[in-house]
Amino acid sequence: MRPLKCILTTLVVLFIVAPLVVVAVVSINENRYMDFPPQGFSLHWFAELWNDIGWREAIVTSLIVALFSAALAVAIATPMAYVLRAYDVRLAPILYSLGILPFMLPPVISALGALVFWNSLEHSGRIENIIISHAIFFSTLPLITVSLAMETMDRSLPEAAQTLGANPRTTFRTITLPLLVPSMITGYAAAFVLSLNEYIIAFMVSRFSVVTLPIKIVNDLRYGFTPTIAAVAVVFILIATTTFSLFALFGNLLKFLGADPAILERER
Amino acid sequence: MSEVRRPSAGTKAVLGFPLAMLGIFFLAPFGIMLATSFYHRIEGGFYEPAFELASWERLLQPVFIERTLFSIGICLLAGAVCIVVAFPFTFFLTRMRRRPHVTLLVLIMSALALSEVIVGFAWSVLLGRAAGISNILVWLGAMDEAAAYQPSFVAVLLGLCYIAFPYCILTLYPQLSRLDPELTEAAQTMGASPWRTFWTVVVPIGRPIIVAGFLLAFVFTLGSYLIPTFLGRPEHWTLSVFISDQATFNANVPFAAAMALFLTGLSLLVVGAVTLVESRTRR
Repeated sequence: MRPLKCILTTLVVLFIVAPLVVVAVVSINENRYMDFPPQGFSLHWFAELWNDIGWREAIVTSLIVALFSAALAVAIATPMAYVLRAYDVRLAPILYSLGILPFMLPPVISALGALVFWNSLEHSGRIENIIISHAIFFSTLPLITVSLAMETMDRSLPEAAQTLGANPRTTFRTITLPLLVPSMITGYAAAFVLSLNEYIIAFMVSRFSVVTLPIKIVNDLRYGFTPTIAAVAVVFILIATTTFSLFALFGNLLKFLGADPAILERER
Repeated sequence: MSEVRRPSAGTKAVLGFPLAMLGIFFLAPFGIMLATSFYHRIEGGFYEPAFELASWERLLQPVFIERTLFSIGICLLAGAVCIVVAFPFTFFLTRMRRRPHVTLLVLIMSALALSEVIVGFAWSVLLGRAAGISNILVWLGAMDEAAAYQPSFVAVLLGLCYIAFPYCILTLYPQLSRLDPELTEAAQTMGASPWRTFWTVVVPIGRPIIVAGFLLAFVFTLGSYLIPTFLGRPEHWTLSVFISDQATFNANVPFAAAMALFLTGLSLLVVGAVTLVESRTRR
């Protein structure tokens, strides 16, 4: 069993890492073609990302979409998670499923839904359409993190506040909400990273008039490879690994993923 | 835990905002899609209100049926490959010491967060002729000449597995991490080899989450758009590609809407099956 365990783990890590390493190697190539082994070492393809107006605009657009859509996603998910977990609401399982559903269905469905929706209002191709579509699609993530926090919260804390005379509103503001903040931040971070990476919804909702970073990459790839694309891919890989490393260091990644509490006490 | 309180009118009002957002921007579009699927398509990218079944009838055409069967086939295959590898891997993962355990999880989460754009691009480089596997093999002297392994069926399958694999691990992880170590220890004390313990104890206990993980990976790959277009030829394109191409490049929105509703039905069936399996295991 032990050799099998080592072989399987090695293969899985290779499978996940190999395509990323190849892209990283291509991105530092000195000339503008893909070469193996790489010719020279250069970081100017990374500088190009900021110096080229097309790339810079795509980066800014993507950041705006991700910042606002993640905030809206948290604003949608938090009251829902709070009320459904704190109170005995009729139809709660159905409402919770409704919150999970956008993310469960293939994104092309949400994409086409948004497209016909904005067409029918004659308001298509705007950046706010992408923000709203992303917020709805990714609100599932903060819904899950905040619901988990509600389930694991120590109920005696809000109860103690109430016993001491705080009304429900004060209890929520001074006790419950601060306890939910970490889960809101993780939900925000997850929605932010995924929004930054999302292509098909943004592409179909934008109707060729708003260009986010993933849309820009695909558009450029239609005309062939440039090392700048590899550089932007490396930036994406770094953003993802940094976010989740920070999450593992400062947040509780294992708990978020639903690990058995016993694992948390395991030796390093 | 104390008893759960009944909601007041005020708390119900708090629910108003999220429900309104989901109602307007998630449920209403389904109504519009349904209406649009009966609309009349005008050449050149427009459509006008009408009631005709033309778009729905096109769902019965051999081209569409063939695309559907191909999509279901390749996504089932991708789901199967993922679960067969992910189940033992996740089992080993949950039994590792903390440091490698967390490191691997960070790696998996990062892969999960990566855009399909990046994954598709990375695999097209890895399997390509210019700076990929074959170039490494030529460099090492194991091959004479570089070769391209994409576009191909296997390339699409690998790409789909890449995006679904982390997802699969995350669905298996919570329950496998809760698997009582005493169960496997008991089997081994009674003389079962680790291999036999895995097959006769771990796999049967995990059967419901194996089914759930497999079906979720299936739905997830069904949603992939860029992997088939980057790594495959047109004959490897799946329903998602077909739908968005009809909506954008061929400008036949009514037909795209009919297909999207069909895909919704298919996905809901699978997700419903998962929920059923999961509610059985909770009891």
